[in-house]
Amino acid sequence: MTHITVKVDGTTYEDEVEPRLLLIHYLRDRLGLTGTPIGCDTSNCGACTLDLDGESVKSCSVLAVQADGGEVTTVQGLAQDGEWTGLQRAFHERHALQCGYCTPGMIMAARDLLRENPHPTADEVRQGLEGNLCRCTGYQNIVRAVLAASEEEVTA
Amino acid sequence: MTETVEREVGRARPRKEDAHLITGQTTWTDNIDVNGLLHFALLRSPMAHARIERLDVSPALERPGVVAAFSGRDLAEGLASMPCVWPVTEDIVMPDHPPIAVDEVRHAGDPVAVVVARDRYTAADALEAIEVDYDPLPPVLDLEEALAEDAPLVHSDKGTNRCYTWPLKTGEDFDAVRQRAEVTLKRRYHQQRLIPNAMEPRAVVVTPIAASGEYTLYSSTQIPHILRILMAMVTGIPENKLRVIAPDVGGGFGSKLQVYGEEAIALAVARRLGRPVKWTESRSEGYLATHHGRGMIQDIEIAANRDGKLLGLKVDLLVDMGAYLMLITPGTPLLGAFMYPGIYKMDAYDFTCTGVFTTRTPTDAYRGAGRPEATFAIERTMDELAAELGLDPVELRRRNWIRHEEFPYTAIAGLTYDSGNYEAATAKALELFDYDKLRAEQSDRNDRADTVRLGIGVSTYTEMCGLAPSRILRDLRYVAGGWEAASVRMLPTGKVEVVTGTSPHGQGHATCWSQIAADVLGVPFDDVEVVHGDTKAAPQGMDTYGSRSLVVGGLAVHHAARKVVDKARKVAAHLLEASENDLEFTDGVFSVKGSPEARRTIQEVAFETFSSHDLPDGMEPTINAEHLLDPDTFSYPHGTHLCAVEVDTETGQSRIRSYVCVDDIGKVINPMIVEGQVHGGLAQGIAQALYEEAVYDEDGNLISGTMADYLVPSAPDLPEFVTDRTETPATSNALGVKGVGEAGTIASTPAVVNAVIDALRPLGVEDVRMPCTPERVWKAIEEARS
Repeated sequence: MTHITVKVDGTTYEDEVEPRLLLIHYLRDRLGLTGTPIGCDTSNCGACTLDLDGESVKSCSVLAVQADGGEVTTVQGLAQDGEWTGLQRAFHERHALQCGYCTPGMIMAARDLLRENPHPTADEVRQGLEGNLCRCTGYQNIVRAVLAASEEEVTA
Repeated sequence: MTETVEREVGRARPRKEDAHLITGQTTWTDNIDVNGLLHFALLRSPMAHARIERLDVSPALERPGVVAAFSGRDLAEGLASMPCVWPVTEDIVMPDHPPIAVDEVRHAGDPVAVVVARDRYTAADALEAIEVDYDPLPPVLDLEEALAEDAPLVHSDKGTNRCYTWPLKTGEDFDAVRQRAEVTLKRRYHQQRLIPNAMEPRAVVVTPIAASGEYTLYSSTQIPHILRILMAMVTGIPENKLRVIAPDVGGGFGSKLQVYGEEAIALAVARRLGRPVKWTESRSEGYLATHHGRGMIQDIEIAANRDGKLLGLKVDLLVDMGAYLMLITPGTPLLGAFMYPGIYKMDAYDFTCTGVFTTRTPTDAYRGAGRPEATFAIERTMDELAAELGLDPVELRRRNWIRHEEFPYTAIAGLTYDSGNYEAATAKALELFDYDKLRAEQSDRNDRADTVRLGIGVSTYTEMCGLAPSRILRDLRYVAGGWEAASVRMLPTGKVEVVTGTSPHGQGHATCWSQIAADVLGVPFDDVEVVHGDTKAAPQGMDTYGSRSLVVGGLAVHHAARKVVDKARKVAAHLLEASENDLEFTDGVFSVKGSPEARRTIQEVAFETFSSHDLPDGMEPTINAEHLLDPDTFSYPHGTHLCAVEVDTETGQSRIRSYVCVDDIGKVINPMIVEGQVHGGLAQGIAQALYEEAVYDEDGNLISGTMADYLVPSAPDLPEFVTDRTETPATSNALGVKGVGEAGTIASTPAVVNAVIDALRPLGVEDVRMPCTPERVWKAIEEARS
């Protein structure tokens, strides 16, 4: 067992974990933060994407011990005082989700993309989301939503 | 004065479902946690076919944290064979299908043992301690060889790998038509196996109450109601002590229209241990254990005259059932049987389908279920015929399709299409696509022998939606009905609860059903809540599959809401001391004709009914209503899809340059949701054309066994779609709706493959097997050149 300290969505947790425990399972099974789902076991789908120390990571390929001393933001930590972020609003208003299973990872990946490239082209959005699979939307509305958020065209 | 209420139906409303999904406040089955929860993992066969000589679970029990372990034999008592509810012929071969293998494994991934532990890591680890000796048996993989006299058998007690043969012959005798035809063409198409890939892996949680014998089964399922009935039959747990909940469900595409062994195993283990248990598949496990789709060889023969007039169509299918018959495995291709002639008029149709057992993961419904396969075959063949006759492929279709003024029209396969306008959809699509300009560019590239060729693919289709009519299902030997239930409750405060038997997994039923109910009742959209996916809260239903939800379930909501208005009208008339016939009902307000000041809102009526101080004699004090809808017929969306593909003849790479579709789905409830459904459908259909395939090696191992090996397209792999609609309302239902869920998938696969072939035809290529990967395209070009 290894001692870790990690800040998740603004709350600091201290825990003893097995060295092999994946970050996603730590969040889901230990902390009960089930807003981030798991879609595959080969880190292809991106459903478990979250922010670790300012970097977008697939939390199925990060060990909990690697997050020791770090700061994690999940989709559950985005809305402040019930106020959604521009990306969340854009996903809603552009119908960029259907079953919604890929949505937490998609929003986190898009957030990272916009941080690095605040005004991407549609092709850049597509390239930027290549590591996140969606089976419902055909991606078009996701691309639209990310572009809308980047242009701050999203209505309140 | 009456308020003006904005009409909800037809409005592009963002969904009420989204709020919890985009904030991570979801209840996926794997999120369910309860006190004392145990996790189980399944040991699965590494071989396609083998006898289990010895299986010892006891070493697993020695691992710390392991609570129990069971072999298939340990669990067999108390579990019946898994159900197949569609015995399509009288002489169908229905093999035993234990939820967990006992003596023999019949596909890689067939489960053989269970380990139950305190956490999922421990359970998974302990699987490796189980000792199994397998005696390998020959795999059965080739559909034609499987039918040979001396073929090894998947089910040795059945004496054959032939599951059934189902014929349909209509119109004239095909052989006679072939005799008088001026042109005949034969083609063979392979519908590769696909893995549905719902983003949420399957998961099951069972919580038992030992004292009362009650169980709650949470499952990532499309069919909570059907699951409850069949799990009661498989496990012997009385149906009225079994509650099934489908919480948030992350996609299905048919793969969750299923009753799985893992659900029965979970109930059996929970019953043995008296403890709550959970199982969640990994993606790689799901690839072996969750049913696959498609998987057939299609032999097609078409007969026509030189002017392009179609005379007849002959279809022979060999369909891969896989190792066992799942819920509707045998019936899936029959859903397509009626659709091979598509939208075309002809004199003869001769269809035969043969189901074949193999030692692969079972197949069953995958988005479109039989109809994409049918549409692919006819639309590819129409393009081949157009090439043979030297006709423009759009022109060939125009010469044969049912004309607008001919509806309702009974097509050769026996279905009566109620409405349609193929001319209008095609004209609109051609205009949006700029067909003539692209054709000009294509011939220019051909003339220049450009290394990048342009191909144009067309697909005109109709599909059969609203899988319901119970009498038709009876004629097809499907054992259940196809009705759907809805109830609408006006609460005392004037808010509304809609309870639906449909069970959504991304389709936006809560929003659309609210729009329907709000319009009928004249209440605000936000005042309507929709309850679904829990057999206790929504006790009746037939669930969601086959693009039936709107056409059956949404309509049931409409009719139930109408009954509520009728009952409220009786109360309002009583309160207003008027005749019912003298009442008008507009935007939620009952008023007396000629004296508009005499009025009651429907919310006031709801409260006064609840208080029941002054009700008509004999009236019960609720204005609830239920409606069970069993339509007389299917609905028939249609459309025209056009695809332009650039094919690099040096690399074999195909790139979709433009994609235009015009679908006619009748009246639209929510255009935003419709567009989303079309986009998703297109992505899945294009994926079959270009990317996806479940590949097995010669020993029967699934070598595309992970997401790293099976190419689910990502954002850069797909183009921007141009989608539009024409609107020819269905005449067979009160809302004029037809359904949209599968249209994109059905139409797009042939449109894309037709485009790829169209690009390569000048080089002598007539076909490329799906998926049209760069390697396959490149080889086809090389073969044509040599």
